[in-house]
Amino acid sequence: MSITGYIMWAMLTPLLGAVIISRLGRWPNMREAATLITATTLIGIIYRIYRRFQSGEAGELVVAEPIPGLSIAFSVEPLGMLFAIIASFLWLVTSIYAIGYMRGHHEKNQTRFFTTFAIAIAATMGIIFSDNLLTLFLFYELLTLSTYPLVVHSGTDKARHSGRVYLGVLMGTSIVLMLPAIIVIQTQTGTLDFTAGGIMADSVSPAWAITLYLLFILGIGKAAVMPLHKWLPAAMVAPTPVSALLHAVAVVKAGVFSILKVTLYIFGPDFITSTGADTWLIWLPATTILLASLIAMTCDNLKERLAYSTIGQLSYIVLGAVLANPTGLLGGSLHIAMHAFAKITLFFAAGAILVATHKTQVSQLNGLGRQMPFTFIFFAIGSASIIGLPPFGGMWSKWYLALGTVDAGQWAILAILMLSSLLNIIYLLAIPVRAFFPTTNHHISENIKEAPITCLIGMLIPSLICIYLFLNPEPFYSLARLAAQ
Amino acid sequence: MVGQHSVILMVVLPLLAAPVTALLPGGRSSWAIVMTVMALCLIMSLGILGDVISGSLIHYELGGWAPPWGIAYEIDGLNALMAVIISIVGTLVAIYAWYSVPADIPENKQPLFYAAYLLCFLGLLGMSMTGDIFNVFVFLEISSLATYALVGMGRNRQALTASFQYLILGTIGATFFLIGIGLAYAATGSLNMADLAIRLSESTHVQTIHTAFGFIFIGMALKAAVFPLHQWLPRAYTYAPITVSAFLAGTSTKVAAYVIARMVFTVFTPEYSRQTLFNELLMVLGAIAVIHGAVRSIGQTSIKPLLAWSSLSQIGYFMIGIGLLSATGLMATMIHIFNHALIKTTLFMAAGILLYQTGSLRIASLSGMGRHMPLTFAAIIIAGLSLIGVPGTVGFISKWYLVLAAVEQQAWWIVAVLVLGSAMAIIYVWKLIETLYFQPTTEPHDTGHIERTPALIIPTWTLAIACIYLGLDTGISVGAAEAAVNSLGLLSRP
Amino acid sequence: MIDYISSHWVSHYNYWATIVIMMIGLYTIISHTNLIKKIAGLNILQAGVFLMYISMGVVTDGTAPIAAEGFTIYSNPLPQVLMLTAIVVGVATTALAFAFVVRISETYHTVEEDELLFQDKLQSSEETEEW
Repeated sequence: MSITGYIMWAMLTPLLGAVIISRLGRWPNMREAATLITATTLIGIIYRIYRRFQSGEAGELVVAEPIPGLSIAFSVEPLGMLFAIIASFLWLVTSIYAIGYMRGHHEKNQTRFFTTFAIAIAATMGIIFSDNLLTLFLFYELLTLSTYPLVVHSGTDKARHSGRVYLGVLMGTSIVLMLPAIIVIQTQTGTLDFTAGGIMADSVSPAWAITLYLLFILGIGKAAVMPLHKWLPAAMVAPTPVSALLHAVAVVKAGVFSILKVTLYIFGPDFITSTGADTWLIWLPATTILLASLIAMTCDNLKERLAYSTIGQLSYIVLGAVLANPTGLLGGSLHIAMHAFAKITLFFAAGAILVATHKTQVSQLNGLGRQMPFTFIFFAIGSASIIGLPPFGGMWSKWYLALGTVDAGQWAILAILMLSSLLNIIYLLAIPVRAFFPTTNHHISENIKEAPITCLIGMLIPSLICIYLFLNPEPFYSLARLAAQ
Repeated sequence: MVGQHSVILMVVLPLLAAPVTALLPGGRSSWAIVMTVMALCLIMSLGILGDVISGSLIHYELGGWAPPWGIAYEIDGLNALMAVIISIVGTLVAIYAWYSVPADIPENKQPLFYAAYLLCFLGLLGMSMTGDIFNVFVFLEISSLATYALVGMGRNRQALTASFQYLILGTIGATFFLIGIGLAYAATGSLNMADLAIRLSESTHVQTIHTAFGFIFIGMALKAAVFPLHQWLPRAYTYAPITVSAFLAGTSTKVAAYVIARMVFTVFTPEYSRQTLFNELLMVLGAIAVIHGAVRSIGQTSIKPLLAWSSLSQIGYFMIGIGLLSATGLMATMIHIFNHALIKTTLFMAAGILLYQTGSLRIASLSGMGRHMPLTFAAIIIAGLSLIGVPGTVGFISKWYLVLAAVEQQAWWIVAVLVLGSAMAIIYVWKLIETLYFQPTTEPHDTGHIERTPALIIPTWTLAIACIYLGLDTGISVGAAEAAVNSLGLLSRP
Repeated sequence: MIDYISSHWVSHYNYWATIVIMMIGLYTIISHTNLIKKIAGLNILQAGVFLMYISMGVVTDGTAPIAAEGFTIYSNPLPQVLMLTAIVVGVATTALAFAFVVRISETYHTVEEDELLFQDKLQSSEETEEW
């Protein structure tokens, strides 16, 4: 099979999986087996694509051409390859975790949950392999729609309200800001194809370019750049595996991935620096990084704190894109991978704490480290990786991002990065510290046990990868390097 | 032989069938006639469209009398597309009627219902095909009178007052249109559209022409429910039987919008509109309609008025597209007319299934029904997403062309209005979807066996699938719209 | 000045007359709440239009457009033909409107618009509205 055939199957496999899963609602074990088999198959397919890609094979898969000159087409490029590896791998991990979590928590509508999860992965694959902005936009919207049922999973008033915020912000920004920008680009350049080095350099004036770039940064609401970040904390009502999907596997990553892709293949890094967009717009993610860290410090709800941490970390990636120099782009791309593995560990830990103790607030965790040592150790590993401490993978991406600011001569931004890392230490590492070394003598009931074993495995795998990525950040490093140049 | 005469056959056939239908004793036999006529018209209209897309214009003179004395039918891409839209919607609604008419209309009234349905259908077809401006008036009145009768057959007694209100306003509109025709005739001595176009541009009676144009526009704007002449529409759509709502939503306002486009582009030429700043007026009215319709739609508590107000919002899009006065703008309008006909008819049909299942269309009393009626609900989702303009659906194609047309002219405030309208559509569509699927079922209903009735679900799903398919393969709608624009001799896209 | 008046007002007296008639009709439709009077107003409005067309087609010293020996100047027959059609349409509209009035008075027991609206409002507040 050629590489285009594999690309097609990368999208069809989760979709077929979704159909099968939805038919197996009456036999939960079969249904879960179907999820795991589909996820494993997908990893196999992505691996094949990776091998083909490394051997230099390329190809374009055109599915339809709804508007003359604009097609729905797919192809592989380094950044997409990087994201595809992360998403397919973490889907399997999340599925293993989700099976334990959903059963342990006695959630309703589990079939709907696993079905829509698979559809969301299919949509993500569409984003990953999209060959032009129209295709990207199509699957971007499909991802929003397919994750909506997951956000409102519990069906309570609060969940529905969050669902409204989720859908309203994500679809609203994409239609009001991103779509006009796409159409303007189409009219100005006559194409929407992703081309290395960008397509806009000759056809758009600098002032217009800055405006359009701003429309993309804000219009891609999934990247949660302030002030369009509210949907992410709102979506924390969803079950923990969904949070993992949102924060690590697919949704927010699809957002920053889209921004990186637009930067690399539509505007072109050189064109962005020549317009001066980098010096202006960089303050948007920089402000978000700082504010998100400050807000995270005030949050007592664990999931909310993690949500604001994600908002801050996403803006690191956006920052890397806006810096638009090779080092910054490398750091940003790398951070997609590093943050994904670290954040999924944190969310699994939060879910494990919820399942085991039914506690949601940080202030209730005093002294829990004695009952749940593994959970909190994993939490500490994830935190350290996000902060960027060695020996964890997160260090590399922070390193290159910092180098990128130095290359650009943006000393103030460098200071903000460092300050934010300090704040990360305070609001993230404080949690395991509190658990192991309680400041006050809280009464802990004796019958709290360590989290279920599937949850622990779910945490163990990504935290081990966090360590491994410090020692050997492959294949992500070479892919990110390839993309950034 | 038939090929050449199919233009007039499409109008004559329903006209002859209507009295026959009315005289038949039972509903089923008249349904069979309606179905046959509709299917024949659909085939003929597709044939005509095929001819027109391949580049040949059809010119047909009634009784062999040459214009400007006789009546001539001029078929270009514009009319051919309208005829196809009307025939498709008419045929599918006729299938739907197999179930819905016996459910809503007493047995002894059914033949009369079908007769009125045929008359309404032929009136709309005639309006869109004729090349004679007085003929437009005649067909307008035929379709309007039939519509009043159809709306008045609604279950609630409010249907009577809604229809009467529509009758008064509709007749005033038609009379205004007639005055406009008279003045145009006084200034030029011609009633043939092509002939009028030439003579109007040569005429020196500037004031008469201004007045004529004003009256013609106001008359048609009433029929098309252009803001602020839209008051009759929500009530009429709400209280009409669901069969009628589905048919009207797909056709009637669109034909009137087509006539406005025809007046602006063929008869009075775009230059005339530009000189009189009429295009600005159209765009402003359209923009207000887009926002106002969407706001009112959000506030509705029942499905039918929600869809009706959303239609008003869409009519605003048509007016904006015409007002842009460019080839792309006209293309966008025609594509949107076609696409919106598919979308709204699907939605009204799906709403009908909900009504027959639960006996109610109040949104609150339908909560959770989507889970019990997956087929209907899926159709609502597809059409709803189309209405928003999500890519991959037909709605996206029309929004794309509309925004493209606005960007071409650097009309940024129009772009803002367009995207704002779409964003507001998310709210009212999602209100529906959320209640239908994600809220717990409040009232016990026996679960969905009605949605498996083939007569209901087949037309609904045919349209729903078309919403997706034509969103990916736009050969038909865009092709026809391009043919329309080319035949008008407008500059094609840069 | 006299020239102006004679050219714009007097010579076009037929237009002024039809405008007055049409306005009377329109005013009747708007101001009256009685449905039958609204229909009457509609008819007056249409009559105004008929007259406008027919007066438009008049040719000075012309006769009715009937072929007969000795007459060579005819009025323009086309507006008259058009108005025949329009009158037919008008009659049909009036008939349909009266049919509605009959149905309305059967169900509501009134033909006054304000009372109809009042009854609808009462109904919708009493029972849950089905639509």
